[in-house]
Amino acid sequence: MFLWVIQRDLLLAMRRRFDILTTLFFFVIVVSLFPLGIGPEINILRTIAPGVVWVAALLASMLSLGRIFSNDYLDGTLEQMLISPQSLSLLVLGKALAHWLITGIPLILISPLLGIQYNLPLDAILILALSLLLGTPILSLIGAIGAALTLGLRGGGMLVSLLVLPLYIPVLVFGSGAVEASAGGLGAGAHLSLLGAFLLIALVITPWATASALRISME
Amino acid sequence: MAINWFKYSSPASFYTLAGKMIPYFSVVASGLFLLGLYISFFIAPTDSQQSEAYRIIFIHVPAAWMSMFLYLIMAIWAAIGLAFNTRLSAMIATAIAPTGAMFTFLALWTGALWGKPMWGAWWVWDARLTSELILLFLYIGFMSLQAAINDPRRADKAGAVIALVGAVNIPIIYFSVKWWNTLHQGASVSLTQSPKMATTMLTGMLIMGLACWIYSIVVILIRTRAIILERERHTVWVSELQGSSQ
Repeated sequence: MFLWVIQRDLLLAMRRRFDILTTLFFFVIVVSLFPLGIGPEINILRTIAPGVVWVAALLASMLSLGRIFSNDYLDGTLEQMLISPQSLSLLVLGKALAHWLITGIPLILISPLLGIQYNLPLDAILILALSLLLGTPILSLIGAIGAALTLGLRGGGMLVSLLVLPLYIPVLVFGSGAVEASAGGLGAGAHLSLLGAFLLIALVITPWATASALRISME
Repeated sequence: MAINWFKYSSPASFYTLAGKMIPYFSVVASGLFLLGLYISFFIAPTDSQQSEAYRIIFIHVPAAWMSMFLYLIMAIWAAIGLAFNTRLSAMIATAIAPTGAMFTFLALWTGALWGKPMWGAWWVWDARLTSELILLFLYIGFMSLQAAINDPRRADKAGAVIALVGAVNIPIIYFSVKWWNTLHQGASVSLTQSPKMATTMLTGMLIMGLACWIYSIVVILIRTRAIILERERHTVWVSELQGSSQ
């Protein structure tokens, strides 16, 4: 059932391939805007690169949150999932993971290219991709709570940003911190371990919170 | 004598109880405020390093305490409301949020006013300042989520979920900001190395803290009463209340 949810969401996403590309290009455009705003000074760009990439990843992940539940909510599938005998937490976990596969993985794959644009050294680029690999699933998991709470509300998109962006802060801090630490020669091990710990906590807690939020929204 | 506390979980009887309690708490709060302000302006000595500007701590520190404490209380009431499905608990949580946000804003603002003469900057990206700012964002998120939902029961429960998620996150946010801060900048500014405090200063601060606490109780009770009236306006007891007051 868990795999079925992932498969189904991936299939639906493949039918609308352009949505995936939209998120990806949003990410690329936001990252490319910063040099235009700040100036092409290579040292400054190298310093701000981790933060810029991570903030853009946060925004890209957040803007695509609506897709997790809203289509299923509109066509009634979500209601069927709620009354199915399967554990709702597990279904929700599947949907969050599908969201990560659709939006997170493309970001991770394109991030080395952006790192090159910002003239990051090779090992920092690898750490950047690695930190995104550990961090973006957390964004999808936490974001699912916000998406479930704002289901069917007016102004849901703006509201979800108010709800989830403050909760994303630890991921941002340690995600970009990992890259900075490795660029500063400190080693990114501690940051990456903390990100991994956050991921494990999020895996345990957020599906449950999302499931109860969904039940509240669908009452 | 055993008091049946559950009696007051009904909005109708709580409304009456709160109405009786508000005058007493108001008097205590005003008395404490007067006493606290008197101590802070006339009794507490001038600080040797910071001269008169330090006196803002008499409102700044209590406001910062209340901002964190009220979030905790709000999350507890929200949890009770979610777990036992009691209407009143959720109403209290809703009533706490604006006061908590107000104190958070006050702490940030007075901190900025103090920071300008002391540090030479309105704002520094210190761990405490940053986490206080994030706390303000959490309050605003809670309030705007509740404001966006028309059905009060759904608003209560959705607010409770986000309050609890925020409460779980607060320690994580606090420590990540703290570590982030130590990584980014050296010890340019330290809040912890404050000079030893005179006893009268501490007394003044504690009394002001107590005053803010009682003030919060008063305001929250008033706001809860308003929420009760608004939600129960179709019930018999509210119309009876209206009849008797006319």
